[in-house]
Amino acid sequence: MKNLWLVIKREYLTRVRRRAFILATLLTPLGLAVFIAVVQFIFSYENDEVRRIAVVDQGQVFSGQIPDEKGLYFRFEDQPVDSLKARAGEEDGYNAILVIPEVKNPKSQDFRVQFYSDEPLSLDTELAIERRVEKAMRAYKIKTLGLDESALKSLNTDVAIRSQKITVEEGEKADNSMAGIVGAGIGMVMGFMMYLSIFIYGMMVMRSVMEEKMNRIVEVVISSVRPTTLLLGKIIGVGAVGLTQVLAWMVLIPATVFLVTLFFGFDPEAAQQASAANPDIDPEEMQSLVERAIAGVMEMNWWVIIPCFIIYFLGGYFMYAALFAAVGSAMGDDLGEGQSLTIPITIPVILALYIMMAAMQAPNSSLAVGSSFIPLFAPIVMPARLPFEPPAWQIIGSLVIVIAFAAAMVWLAGRIYRVGILNYGKKSSLKDMARWLFSKY
Amino acid sequence: MPPLINLESVRKVYGEKVAANDVSFAMPPDAILGLLGPNGAGKTTLIRMITTITAPDSGQIYFRGEPLSGYHPTQIGYLPEERGLYKKMYVGEQLLYLARLKGMEKNDAETKAREWLAKFELEDQWDKKVEELSKGMQQQVQFIATVLHSPRLLILDEPFSGLDPVNTTRMRKEILRLHEAGTGIIFSTHRMEQVEELCEYIVLINHGNKILEGKVSEIRRQFQDNRFRLEYDGPLPPDLLERYATTDATPSTIDLQLREDQRANDLLRYLLDHDVHIIGFRELLPSLNEVFIKQVAQVQPDLSPT
Repeated sequence: MKNLWLVIKREYLTRVRRRAFILATLLTPLGLAVFIAVVQFIFSYENDEVRRIAVVDQGQVFSGQIPDEKGLYFRFEDQPVDSLKARAGEEDGYNAILVIPEVKNPKSQDFRVQFYSDEPLSLDTELAIERRVEKAMRAYKIKTLGLDESALKSLNTDVAIRSQKITVEEGEKADNSMAGIVGAGIGMVMGFMMYLSIFIYGMMVMRSVMEEKMNRIVEVVISSVRPTTLLLGKIIGVGAVGLTQVLAWMVLIPATVFLVTLFFGFDPEAAQQASAANPDIDPEEMQSLVERAIAGVMEMNWWVIIPCFIIYFLGGYFMYAALFAAVGSAMGDDLGEGQSLTIPITIPVILALYIMMAAMQAPNSSLAVGSSFIPLFAPIVMPARLPFEPPAWQIIGSLVIVIAFAAAMVWLAGRIYRVGILNYGKKSSLKDMARWLFSKY
Repeated sequence: MPPLINLESVRKVYGEKVAANDVSFAMPPDAILGLLGPNGAGKTTLIRMITTITAPDSGQIYFRGEPLSGYHPTQIGYLPEERGLYKKMYVGEQLLYLARLKGMEKNDAETKAREWLAKFELEDQWDKKVEELSKGMQQQVQFIATVLHSPRLLILDEPFSGLDPVNTTRMRKEILRLHEAGTGIIFSTHRMEQVEELCEYIVLINHGNKILEGKVSEIRRQFQDNRFRLEYDGPLPPDLLERYATTDATPSTIDLQLREDQRANDLLRYLLDHDVHIIGFRELLPSLNEVFIKQVAQVQPDLSPT
């Protein structure tokens, strides 16, 4: 027991102290923040070319005005198109001509306008012009066809589902409208966290095993510590490293992203413009949406989700870390050639990720339920299902299977490990590993 | 006093290969025991069982009369043939870690570690990472890690391989000093000539079988075959080679093989009678290498050492 503690401490301290670890822990949030800032910058990068467009409104579609925007200026012209074309190259002249033809049939849904320019039409400009003409056409049609605008508006109906439980227990709110979306979001986040942790920290355990084997220190260590103790200490120690890193990120990532958006990129005026440009969202509706989302989050059964998530997290980590450790112990001195041994482990992880995503769409499908009982998939799939309140027997059954399987994996990995670490030289095959499982100690 | 280590019909099989075939031997307390045999003879297998890294399929190992248990590793220091340290760890930290795994208290371990480093003139390396040390220094640090917890039994697997002469001498000195202080030492090697100088007791193994065990002097005497070396100056009696068979000769020495009915005293008398200028005369005892080859041929005629 004392030795287990010593091993855990060494695994933890030597890793946490390493420059690479400190850099990764500090720089990942910073990198993420910089990435967000860069993306924001790219998207908010304004078009700096200037287009002066002469509009020949033959159809009298525009009722006398076209809104300009930065880099895009419109001016009505009565001159014939040919004379405008002739003046096109002049300094401070127009560099494009937009011809709006007469509207022959107001009931037609197609309308073609002509654009003349020597420069190719950019997507931005095309959309800006289309938006303006479409808006003008709408007003024009309402007028010429003599329609009632308020009646037209009433044609658009925004349907929202307010779902309620049939049986409402005391102290519980009946409204669970947002549960689906919120649950999917939370489930997805948990599933991905599992996926990433298994990969990052499972691989770390594998490298730790390989390092000891290749440094040849392992023989000295296992002359004082049982191999299983060493393996367990490694898994726990690296797990603690992972926990440290994840906790650091949980604090650092939101903090740096917040700071970066505060200092760069985020401009309140631009935000206002953006929301003004999207007039379909009613601020009041937005408010209620947010409120319902928060209510949805509050409504989640966190007393079940959090403990279960922790157990799945540990179970998943232990079973995969043990597998990675077994593979690491079988590796030879040539790192590259051993990589193929990790494939049988990575395939179930990736499959589980896809099943998890499918389970988001249909949390109670037979695929999702079935996978919850397959131990290699359950740690990734089941957390994603938890917000949808699967039946208790499924949670309990799946938890029991995961815990039992994780324990079995650690035990099996220990058997492979103690033989593998002393097998120097060439990498071992899966067949060898299977044989070691049943070899005497 | 019970033997320090006592093996009783220890057997270990890997797949088809019998790595230890009912090996038994007893190591006298405080001896330097040479575990000899060619590469692949099963030395490392035996050592791994003594250090509790693996367990025998059958048979029993006793440490000072007690069956080997989880406590005994703290009494054993093991320097494996495949050597290494944690490259990224600091020297001091590494020594403390390995010593504490052997059950030492932190303060005690630190005092001892500093003493040992000073002995090897490595006291300034405490805060250095192992990878910053020269290879020779790393080997010394590893040796310190092996002996730091004052083991009752020290097991050294090819301890001098890869060492330069200066370090070899230094380590040999330390090994002998530890032996003086009462530490039992098992010294495993395939280089027999090293053993002749260091070990008083040997166990010879080949292909998993023990083929010989005993005191070096007794074994050599047991295998003596009546050969004598004469160092001389000037002429030899002309009929010497008619009376005695010779195996080897240089301008100043001649090796003579006596038949069973011939006695060394008669030879000497004969030489004196002929007024040979004798500088030296001694019995030639077989080297362990010769003993080994002879014994292997005798026990397993179809298997010769590699």
